[in-house]
Amino acid sequence: MEKKTFTISVYSENNVGLLNRISGIFLKRHINIESLNVSESEIENVFRFVIVVHTTENWVKRIVGQLEKQIDVIRAFYHVDKETIYQESAIFKISSDLFFDEGQIETIIKDSNSSIVSVSRDFFVIAKTGRRSEIQELYDELQPFGIMQFVRSGRISVSKPQMKISSLLQEFQTITH
Amino acid sequence: METLKEKTASTTQATTIRISGAEAVIRCLLEEGVNLVYGYPGGAIMPIYDELYKFSDHLHHVLTRHEQGATHAAQGFARVTGEVGVAMATSGPGATNLVTGLADAQIDSTPMVCITGQVARQLLGSDAFQETDIVGISTPVTKWNYQITKASEIPEIMAKAFYIARSGRPGPVLIDITKNAQFDELDFSYEKCNGIRSYKPKPEIDLSKISAAAEMINTAKRPMIVFGQGIILGQAEEELKAVVEKAGIPAAWTILGLSALESDHPLNVGMVGMHGNYAPNVLTNECDVLIALGMRFDDRVTGNLNTYARQAKVIHFEIDPAEIDKNVKTDIAVLGDVKETLELLLPLLEPNSHNNWLEEFKKKDAIEFDKVIKNDLFPEKEGLTMGEVLGQINRASNHEAVIVSDVGQHQMIACRYAKFRQSKSNITSGGLGTMGFALPAAIGAKMGAPDREVVAIIGDGGYQMTIQELGTIFQTRTPVKIVVLNNDFLGMVRQWQQLFFDKRYASTELTNPDFVTIAQGYNINARRVTKREDLAAAVDEMIASKEAYFLEVCVEKEDNVFPMIPSGASVSDIRLS
Repeated sequence: MEKKTFTISVYSENNVGLLNRISGIFLKRHINIESLNVSESEIENVFRFVIVVHTTENWVKRIVGQLEKQIDVIRAFYHVDKETIYQESAIFKISSDLFFDEGQIETIIKDSNSSIVSVSRDFFVIAKTGRRSEIQELYDELQPFGIMQFVRSGRISVSKPQMKISSLLQEFQTITH
Repeated sequence: METLKEKTASTTQATTIRISGAEAVIRCLLEEGVNLVYGYPGGAIMPIYDELYKFSDHLHHVLTRHEQGATHAAQGFARVTGEVGVAMATSGPGATNLVTGLADAQIDSTPMVCITGQVARQLLGSDAFQETDIVGISTPVTKWNYQITKASEIPEIMAKAFYIARSGRPGPVLIDITKNAQFDELDFSYEKCNGIRSYKPKPEIDLSKISAAAEMINTAKRPMIVFGQGIILGQAEEELKAVVEKAGIPAAWTILGLSALESDHPLNVGMVGMHGNYAPNVLTNECDVLIALGMRFDDRVTGNLNTYARQAKVIHFEIDPAEIDKNVKTDIAVLGDVKETLELLLPLLEPNSHNNWLEEFKKKDAIEFDKVIKNDLFPEKEGLTMGEVLGQINRASNHEAVIVSDVGQHQMIACRYAKFRQSKSNITSGGLGTMGFALPAAIGAKMGAPDREVVAIIGDGGYQMTIQELGTIFQTRTPVKIVVLNNDFLGMVRQWQQLFFDKRYASTELTNPDFVTIAQGYNINARRVTKREDLAAAVDEMIASKEAYFLEVCVEKEDNVFPMIPSGASVSDIRLS
């Protein structure tokens, strides 16, 4: 079976140790997590993990089954790229001298639709949000000038198909009240 | 001193009482109906042990000789009673010694709650004496775990622990309690847990799947049932029997399904899997509908998946949605509690008897009897066989004993030949294959079923992994019967070395101590049998004993267990020699 990139969305309680339990499910199956993001979700007090893996559909199905089995996990879903809208964020720290000495830098920033979020005497910081390839492109352009620091976030994504979250919400309210 | 009634009355009242966390733990256990726990004390759990001392009239604590023994004893208790087994240990090494038992309970779906002491909250992460991250360590081998750092959390978390351990597909839960939470006081009141918003123990039943399953079964010409421990855990023995009898379907079992249907039932066609019976293994690949009930298609059951029941339509009755299509692709998945789904299925089934199909099983049974069983049970050679020992135990216990087996050749022989009349009578480590399981598990089984005969069948290798639990038997005077089938080898590994590694017996031969003397050192009646003519009388003496009894039977050193599906082979390529 062909390997593909899957985005797994896990809705869960926000409990200490749950990240360990979730990552353990991938570890046990020797599947590497390409990217991971944890944040609040659209439901109050419910957290959302967005996990990107490169594997077969057979495996991702089983993983989602195991994820849903965890006591503190409410629901888990998986999608292929074309079913999701996804983004990553990156920030670059660049020496301030470059901005004044190298005229191209300004052009690169403008053309890449990135923004300057901080400027100081010694360095300035550029932020870029977009697909992995767009961020990589910006990285490749800035790299010859010297990047003081670079960091990229995990993927965040929303699905095009419904994840039946409204019914989930309802179920939750009937249990809690 | 307060009586138990007063104690529990004071906790069930709406008003709260001010008590220590340690006392709260004990009161939670009593509220959950626990009156027996296994464990081993130590620094970080001393406040709880102090309360155990005060409550000793109501909550009996069994001191095992190793924390692993406490877990297996709790498992044995749980498996024979269907209730939650409880084990306790201190932090650090006490906690890490629970890991094997937790892993065993996890893979065999055994309801168990383990309570560990932990260093005080302010010491967490400081590498304090006997500090270990047991919540991190036990995560992959628990259904749920939690660290309590505040006394006020105890009632709610303990209630959750028992609810999770016993509901849905059961499993082990570990609760780690920091020492400050044991000392600190809380306003205690107890409310049992009856739901967790993120956890659905039983999937909803889809009636259309049940009618589709019924239709498929009704039109089948060569249907076959394979049932697993789900029948026992779901208390669906009567429903299974009713379905089997009404539709006239031959029913085979996995190692953990054993005893859910009585051994001499005419439609009980034996064990599937690596050392299972010839007929159900071969006919798995000839049936037209395979009905899996509360089982999970373990690799030891299926052999090579690419050649497993490819001709058959598969119906899978299962409580755990993650098991559907995990190993074998199903045509109809009937999710739900198997007791409920079988109850709904029964009226939709048409009465049937598949006599010609059953004949196929009988023909193959005759082949297996001729090639294997006859030599195992009625040997003509000089050396004793493991099979004939089981035959004698069946005879002497009148098929009424609980058989607790360890792991290896003797386990396969025990499961192949032990005869049962009632459910929850076969206790063995199926999924994890934990050598050392049987001796402590037998202690728990006997305490859970004191009126039943409990016989542990153990190899000379596994016996020495938890042999120290003879001390527990001695101290508690638990009348378990221990049979060591001694071939001076790690027999199953030796068998594989013989068959697949050109007889290179790497580290499988054992120089054994005098087991009889060791048992006698613990004041346990003990006897060794080396000759066939002494066997029956020795087994009779053992079964007749009102006290614990140790019987060593020196069996043929290099016997092999057959039939056998070599690993990676197809179930239908099962070997008879």
